[in-house]
Amino acid sequence: MKILVCITNVPDTTSKITFTDNNTRLNKAGVQYIIGPYDDYALARGVELKEKTGGTLTVLHVGEADAEPQIRKALAIGADDAIRINAEPLDSYFTAVQIAAIAREENYDLILMGRESIDYNSGVVHGMVGEMLGINSYSPVMKLELEGSTATITREIDGGKEILKANLPLVLGCQEPIAEWKIPNMRGIMTARTKPLKVVEPVATEEMSAPVAYSLPAPKGACKMIPAAEAETLIRLLQTEAKVL
Amino acid sequence: MSVLIFIELDNGSIKKTSLETVAYGAKVAAQVNGKAVVLAIGDASSAELEKAGHYGAEKVLHAAGEKLAHENSLAYADVLVQASAQEQSQIIVLPKSGLGDAIAARAAARLKAGVVSGVTALPETEGTFKVTRSIFTGKAFATTEIKSEIKFLVVRKNAIEIDEAGLNTAGATIEPFSPALRDADFQANVVDVEKASGELSLTEAEIIVSGGRGMKGPEHWQALLDLASALGAATGCSKPVSDLDWRPHHEHIGQTGIKVAPNLYIACGISGAIQHLAGVNGSKCIVVINKDPEAPFFKSADYGVVGDVFEILPRLTAAAKAIR
Ligand SMILES: Cc1cc2nc3c(=O)[nH]c(=O)nc-3n(C[C@H](O)[C@H](O)[C@H](O)COP(=O)(O)OP(=O)(O)OC[C@H]3O[C@@H](n4cnc5c(N)ncnc54)[C@H](O)[C@@H]3O)c2cc1C
Ligand SMILES: Nc1ncnc2c1ncn2[C@@H]1O[C@H](COP(=O)(O)O)[C@@H](O)[C@H]1O
Repeated sequence: MKILVCITNVPDTTSKITFTDNNTRLNKAGVQYIIGPYDDYALARGVELKEKTGGTLTVLHVGEADAEPQIRKALAIGADDAIRINAEPLDSYFTAVQIAAIAREENYDLILMGRESIDYNSGVVHGMVGEMLGINSYSPVMKLELEGSTATITREIDGGKEILKANLPLVLGCQEPIAEWKIPNMRGIMTARTKPLKVVEPVATEEMSAPVAYSLPAPKGACKMIPAAEAETLIRLLQTEAKVL
Repeated sequence: MSVLIFIELDNGSIKKTSLETVAYGAKVAAQVNGKAVVLAIGDASSAELEKAGHYGAEKVLHAAGEKLAHENSLAYADVLVQASAQEQSQIIVLPKSGLGDAIAARAAARLKAGVVSGVTALPETEGTFKVTRSIFTGKAFATTEIKSEIKFLVVRKNAIEIDEAGLNTAGATIEPFSPALRDADFQANVVDVEKASGELSLTEAEIIVSGGRGMKGPEHWQALLDLASALGAATGCSKPVSDLDWRPHHEHIGQTGIKVAPNLYIACGISGAIQHLAGVNGSKCIVVINKDPEAPFFKSADYGVVGDVFEILPRLTAAAKAIR
């Protein structure tokens, strides 16, 4: 079983987001970077399946060198080796082309991703990679079991869930509760230092889209406090003032 | 040239969020002097599909049949590619949802097109094509240029205001659409579908009443359900609440759960952690009920009540019933 897990390198969920260079670049100063939380679920399930099936797990990131601590963390959690495609990923299509190029050579049985990246929140890279490779893709996956080359997938749908059986190879976008996040242990951290991390240059492709400017939401007005003793007036205000009832 | 608009059906009805997508697509079509064509896949009556006309669509392509009755992003993407070829669509608009993103992803990869997901406003179509999207889970916006000939826009709820009074009276014409279907798209076997029946879906709801750990346990949820039913609202919860199995997982709202954008979000006993806010910051009006005046949620709220949920909720329910 050959497994590929694709991870993003994103600002921690609690980061304050600001921009520099006349609002054309994210201000990375003081921002703590992490493996995308959904990618972390994908990685955790990937490690479990690798151990269960005696397979291999490669972790892949499209991005710049500053992601290497997060890539090392993924190695410490249990990936066998890592690939970094050396390019700034600003467009989903570009990212998908890069992932598909590696996957075409390596013939992975299972490509696990997060349901969405928490920077661009697109939720499209898995579907694009699936289409580029001509294999099926499903998201968001809450449960994944393997039996030979058949996967049983529990997928969240609007207001419920769907259980399906599909044959490998597959591309899956993962979310909780597919597995518990794994924390690297001391041995993992030590061995991660010497595990292979290959840096490759991107394949040439057209740029389909590019961000040109960023902005922040308008500041929220003050919250109108209603004394608990007069809580009923809230309903009237929602009707006549906010006009939402 | 046309703008092709994919809509989602639920039990034969067009989802409300999809009607918004139609209105959005029709406005884009007007901007570029194109035709607004809707693609509906699955079972629905003609009378239902004609409604797309009220929101500005000229025509609805309807692909139905047993194989397409169940949601299937692979087959649906293939149908969309065929429809876009027939209609010579250069702009393709879809609603932001698991299905909308999945179809956009696969179809765009096939058509070699750029996708912008999470669109929050109409595009700029004079000169370079630019559109604004939500990024960092609602914490910022990016204006993105799309350079490919075909452009995919996956549109968030509330991206435009709809003037319900100014809707068209004419319905859309319905045209049956019979795509060629590929076996590969039906390789997976759907074993089971569990759907909470009769429940209002969170992503469609105009009002949501949501509970956090401050609700103290599943046995106390009735007070919240009562207010929801008095307001015709859907119910949601914070992550710890679904982790503790007080409420089902599909009600969990936030960064790692569902993202909602109702007109009114009422948070009961939720502290307002940033990961929870990430799922609700698209809401038009937020009400927070919390006994702690320092709860961070008040900073993001429009209205706040400092008090005990168990004391406040029944009184709000009574007041809500009185105005209905
Ligand atoms: C990576 C990551 C992702 C996460 N994703 C999500 C997510 O998607 N969604 C999410 O919700 N959380 C998420 N969390 C968890 C989040 O950080 C908070 O822990 C969680 O939102 C807190 O839930 P809560 O407000 O229900 O509980 P608490 O923080 O325990 O707050 C309970 C609140 O209830 C109030 N209260 C208590 N009793 C009463 C009473 N009788 N009357 C009125 N008020 C009362 C208290 O004052 C308190 O403010 C995530 C965390 C991480 C690290
Ligand atoms: N730059 C990247 N490098 C590696 N994987 C990525 C990258 N961007 C996105 N992905 C994967 O694709 C998933 C969906 O991302 P997105 O479509 O951007 O929301 C993520 O959770 C990752 O698993």
